[in-house]
Amino acid sequence: MWDYTKLVVLGVIAVFAAIATNYAWDLAYQVNALVVMLAAALTFLWTLRTMGEPKRATPNEYLDGVVRAGVIATTFWGVVGFLVGVWIAFQLAFPALNFEWSQGILNFGRLRPLHTSAVIFAFGGNALIMSSFYIVQRTSAARLWGGNLAWFVFWGWQLMIVLAATSYVLGGTQSKEYAETVWYIDWWIVVVWLSFLAVFMGTLINRKEPHIYVANWFLLAFIVTIAMLHVGNNLAIPVSIFSSQSVQVTAGVQDAMIQWWYGHNAVGFFLTAGFLGMMYYFIPKQAERPVFSYKLSIIHFWALIFLYIWAGPHHLHYTALPDWASTLGMTFSIMLWMPSWGGMINGLMTLSGAWDKLRTDPIIRMMVVSVGFYGMSTFEGPMMSIKAVNSLSHYTDWTIGHVHSGALGWNGMITFGALYFLTPRLWNREGLYSLKLVSWHFWLATIGIVLYASSMWVTGIMEGLMWREVDANGFLVNAFADTVAAKFPMYVVRGLGGGMFLIGALIMAYNLWMTVRAQPAKAPVNANNFVPAE
Amino acid sequence: MCAKQVTKKPNEPVGTTGHEWDGIEELNNPMPRWWVWTFYATIIWGVGYMIAYPAWPLINGATPGVLGASTRADVVKEIERFDAANAEIKAALIAAPLASIPTDTALMAYAEPAGASVFRTNCSTCHGSGAAGVEGKGYPNLLDDDWLWGGTIEDIHLTITHGIRNTTDPDARYSQMPAFGVDAVLEPAQIDAVVEHVLAISGQEHDATLTTEGATLYAENCAACHMEAGEGDPTQGAPRLNDAIWLYGGSREKIKESIANARFGVMPGWTGRLSEDEIRAVAAYVHSRGGGQ
Repeated sequence: MWDYTKLVVLGVIAVFAAIATNYAWDLAYQVNALVVMLAAALTFLWTLRTMGEPKRATPNEYLDGVVRAGVIATTFWGVVGFLVGVWIAFQLAFPALNFEWSQGILNFGRLRPLHTSAVIFAFGGNALIMSSFYIVQRTSAARLWGGNLAWFVFWGWQLMIVLAATSYVLGGTQSKEYAETVWYIDWWIVVVWLSFLAVFMGTLINRKEPHIYVANWFLLAFIVTIAMLHVGNNLAIPVSIFSSQSVQVTAGVQDAMIQWWYGHNAVGFFLTAGFLGMMYYFIPKQAERPVFSYKLSIIHFWALIFLYIWAGPHHLHYTALPDWASTLGMTFSIMLWMPSWGGMINGLMTLSGAWDKLRTDPIIRMMVVSVGFYGMSTFEGPMMSIKAVNSLSHYTDWTIGHVHSGALGWNGMITFGALYFLTPRLWNREGLYSLKLVSWHFWLATIGIVLYASSMWVTGIMEGLMWREVDANGFLVNAFADTVAAKFPMYVVRGLGGGMFLIGALIMAYNLWMTVRAQPAKAPVNANNFVPAE
Repeated sequence: MCAKQVTKKPNEPVGTTGHEWDGIEELNNPMPRWWVWTFYATIIWGVGYMIAYPAWPLINGATPGVLGASTRADVVKEIERFDAANAEIKAALIAAPLASIPTDTALMAYAEPAGASVFRTNCSTCHGSGAAGVEGKGYPNLLDDDWLWGGTIEDIHLTITHGIRNTTDPDARYSQMPAFGVDAVLEPAQIDAVVEHVLAISGQEHDATLTTEGATLYAENCAACHMEAGEGDPTQGAPRLNDAIWLYGGSREKIKESIANARFGVMPGWTGRLSEDEIRAVAAYVHSRGGGQ
């Protein structure tokens, strides 16, 4: 019966998508409708063909297939996102790379949101979803709730990525940074995200442990808050059901404030809380050490959750935003410094007594550097939120450097560590194919990040100083184009740093591939059967 | 205190919370004291800052803060300070006859940096931050002595004030070259001949067999504006053709393109966007760049 319902729903979606393709007002919408039609049709066929097959009853095993798929997707989208990033970095250094024939599709303006969304939501999102699914099962000693709902979350998220990517390059955008996806993709995200929340909550409720592990606090906070932020920031009225365009419900400075309430907390909950959840599981597991301080984890969790949500206005210092909102954004950002560092302390101190592993285990090294970059950027962030610092740093490349030391250093490195941790376990292999390649990846990525961040500090501060330089009569000394010309060498260095990071990721992809392909399988000892702990 | 924590062996003195998840335990270590005190310090600082500056929204407006700070008031004050400091020289710049400005050292000491700043903000988008234009793209170079509409300071002032071929301002200077190819005024073969003639008068390599016909066609169709020898006419914005300076490129292909399709370069007028003293300053700046007449 359920299968027939699915077939009817999928058939209806495919037909409606075909109609929408026909009546589309714009190309982005048309291509998206076509993608939806194909996705629905393919799922329809797959459902039809697998209908009669007997279901495998494995309620005592963890649902790891979806985590394996997540590992593959994370690696794939990571490489894609980094590649686009390197490309647009060189487009900035050498504008001729914005080829005349590709104007309106592959020029910087179209590729930039493709890059940011690919790394944050495709790479980061898949990393978060797959590690949430892995962690919540292990630390709850329960199979993922909801049967195949986890698979729906996985494939729904991939569909979202494809829709967003095709829409961006064809000009479908609502012009909100990190929330460029147009209204119907936003609705789809809500559906997928609430399913994600249901799977996660359901598994937690089914847990066989008396307490909820700290990683799950962070992951749950991340899922719930992102749902709230996403809905709040994307309240828009479509121009037509056949158009990708929509009109925001709020306007002017209110819209800007809501955008940065969202934008800052996308950083705070997606890239910080969610990844702290990963950190709290993978570091103790890889180091085989207990977490340093339970008390610190509670206090810094609640402080982080409470304070982060206020910090958004620091993105709008010295704009139409009223002074009072600026003050709140700045003071809460400063107060956020120690709660952020609580995670760093707990991560690093968990290694005390296991520091020797830094010499022998490149995965631990990756995780430690990740936490180090986390500490650095969560110090830099509050510092940049101070109005006097912000008046220099705002709109400059310093911001870009800050974001990337966090994204490449913290999010990237902890995800790489997690992927190296998970692959041999999920495919039941005797360790990784090559630790030496992990070492290569580690050094390429670390040096790449250092080149990236330091070149952006230099151009950012230089550019800020050039912009504000005035002569004795109060007139500006530099033209904008002068600052662009002055930044050229640093743009090349940044591109090279990004290139090294990309090569590292390619080495990782090869290493993970070979781990699955060429490593001997571990003796099957019911590795996927869960045994409730005491 | 931090160092003490690092050297402490885990598991031993503090013990764990007694729970275990997938093999992970948690130690009962206290929070590092430096962490706690720094956290308190930032909270105290934050509260202090909120008392000092506008912070909490109320029904009408927000708490003003005991320092009475306001970023908007600061900007207004800053602008007023510079406006007051420059008021006298600005008045003098507006009162002076235009032609006298370039030689008036006191006025120029102000007008040059002021004009440069106006230029960098408003004009450099097309004319380049160094005023060298964009060769071959129709954005004139302002550093040479080749002027489309005249290079005296009055001419430059007129151009900036009203723009060129600017349909929103009836005082803007206007002219239009016919599209000889598109509108079929000349046959393609005739255009080729004119191109050879233009190449010849600009001292470039050309096909001598075509220049006789080209010269005749030029005299009939082009000389009225571009003048007999190609010296151009600044009163109607007809570019000089017998030099090596080209607005849209001087190659055979580019000249052919210009004759066949014509060009129609537009510059906006700046009245309303710039004040009179700013227009005069930027006119003086452009005039002083080396090509002023």
